[in-house]
Amino acid sequence: MATKEAPAATRESGRAGPKLPRWPPTRGARRASARAGAWHPRWFWPAFAAPGMVWLVVLFLLPFYVVLSIAFGAVDPLFRTPVPVWNPVQWNPFQFQLLYDRVFGPDGFLGPAFVRTFVYVAAASVLCLLVAYPVAYYVTRHAGRRKGLILVALLAPFWVSYMMRMLAWVNLLESDGMVNRLLVSVGVLREPFPWLAGQPVTVTLGLVYGYIPYMVLALYAGLDRVDQRLLEAARDLGASRRRTFLLVTLPLSRQAILAGLVVTSLPMFGDYFTNDLLSGSPRTSMVGNLVNDAIGSPGQGGQAAALVLVMIALLAVPMLGYIRSTRRAAREAGR
Amino acid sequence: MRRWLTDPWRKPRLLETLVWGYLAWSVLPVAIAVWFSFNAGRSRSSWQGFSLRWYWQDPVLSVWHDPELQHALVYSLRLAVLTTLVAVPIGVAFAIGLDRWHGRLAAGFNFQMLLSFVLPEILLAVALLFLFTNLLKAVQLGATAQLLGLVTFQLSYPVIICRARLLSIGSEYEEAAMDLGASPVKALRHVLLPLLSPAIFASAVLVFADVIDDFVLVRYLSADAASEPMSVKIYNSARSSPTPALNALATIMLCSSLVAIALGFLVYRRLTRGERSQESTVEGFAAQV
Repeated sequence: MATKEAPAATRESGRAGPKLPRWPPTRGARRASARAGAWHPRWFWPAFAAPGMVWLVVLFLLPFYVVLSIAFGAVDPLFRTPVPVWNPVQWNPFQFQLLYDRVFGPDGFLGPAFVRTFVYVAAASVLCLLVAYPVAYYVTRHAGRRKGLILVALLAPFWVSYMMRMLAWVNLLESDGMVNRLLVSVGVLREPFPWLAGQPVTVTLGLVYGYIPYMVLALYAGLDRVDQRLLEAARDLGASRRRTFLLVTLPLSRQAILAGLVVTSLPMFGDYFTNDLLSGSPRTSMVGNLVNDAIGSPGQGGQAAALVLVMIALLAVPMLGYIRSTRRAAREAGR
Repeated sequence: MRRWLTDPWRKPRLLETLVWGYLAWSVLPVAIAVWFSFNAGRSRSSWQGFSLRWYWQDPVLSVWHDPELQHALVYSLRLAVLTTLVAVPIGVAFAIGLDRWHGRLAAGFNFQMLLSFVLPEILLAVALLFLFTNLLKAVQLGATAQLLGLVTFQLSYPVIICRARLLSIGSEYEEAAMDLGASPVKALRHVLLPLLSPAIFASAVLVFADVIDDFVLVRYLSADAASEPMSVKIYNSARSSPTPALNALATIMLCSSLVAIALGFLVYRRLTRGERSQESTVEGFAAQV
């Protein structure tokens, strides 16, 4: 902090005006000048943020208020369309009662989808971590001169449309597709396996394929920041490769692992298209599919809104945790 | 053997194999899909010879001659350009404002912006759909609604990227300019904006490439077949009756994002010339991304 305050102090003294500040400035005065940005009118910086603020209020906050008003709202008796109730006093939780019955009730047909979502997302994120960690580790430690090239290759999936990457797998996994032909000709399978007919394995691996680039990037960013000198110190003091990794690298990359798990699993929770393209069967449908189906079928708008709110509640912890960690990282970088 | 295993300077062969395996796994499926867009036959899994049939030779089914596919292509590019033009200026100004204005309100909006970044897209898409169908009914579903939704979703990229850059720039250069007599606006225009330009540029490229790919928001906020871009077309026909024309469409899409990225990278290198060595340009660009 001390280095930051010095220029603020000189700035104060260099300013010509009728009221010369005391030199050296008091602690309070220095803080005040650093905070106020000295020369700018009060409205100057808020004016820059204003368009973005208006935008977020109208198109980010307001939409979720509409979701609340629909989830706690009424239903048109004739057309069964949702009727939003704008006044919170008149809100009615019957949509949540209905959703609860559909999830936990005796014939709760939505319950399995919630369980499935957690199982698929957990399996897919762990697989992502297991594959991505060695890759990111290699790029930071051993890639040498090829680092740039490998990085470009790792970034490439970001520039290929998600739909195209899934389309590619649909082509490969069809019953007469390359995967089946290869496996049959090698002798692993006797006859083509119906990969695209509601297989949990296909959906999970599809999720891994779709979101692993985020994991690689998050881990790369974290591992790249690990101080090389600490590793050298560990080796100098006689730790083996494996001990150095387990006792130094791994603990230091804990933050990155957590961040990676959050950035891969959050979009997976909201995914329905991977499932639609690679399975399309209700046997593998996830929460995202429930929302999509509710949006698509008439009279289910209220259920869609309730599902959205339930998802926000379920995902609040990882989302807030991630936001907190990025803010902390930004504060540390600014120091 | 024992000696080789305990050699501290041994190359990590196993790790190396794994990395190359990973790269092959991530790139090969897409490469095969691109390859089959040049197939002479209808199949997307058995090779029947090279042709440009699905790009323009086929008089009915090729991308060039199918008005629907062609429309989807142009529509995607148009949405991407418009979203970039709206989201980047608002986002950059927002980043500058939030960075310099320290207040409770600014912190609140920063939080909102980060929330819009981590929120799964489907939740925002449903919320916006309800907004446009229940409250702001003046906004028709279709291009306008899609543009508004995409800008909301993409706004966080320029803000996050520019704020990271602003942190590393600090306020000293601007203060020096003002000590030398520049007005706040002049200091901003002649000092801060040029320093920010790599970040502005990187975020524009990112937003453009991301909007071309966007699927969830665009699909929910579309009105009819005329407002469905390429990603939605691929989704609609991937499991029904696809011909390699779909692969051709996807390949064109891929090429357009790759061209945008390549151009972006070259310009980025020009903008940051002298700041870093050539070696780390890729890393810098990657870090921005």
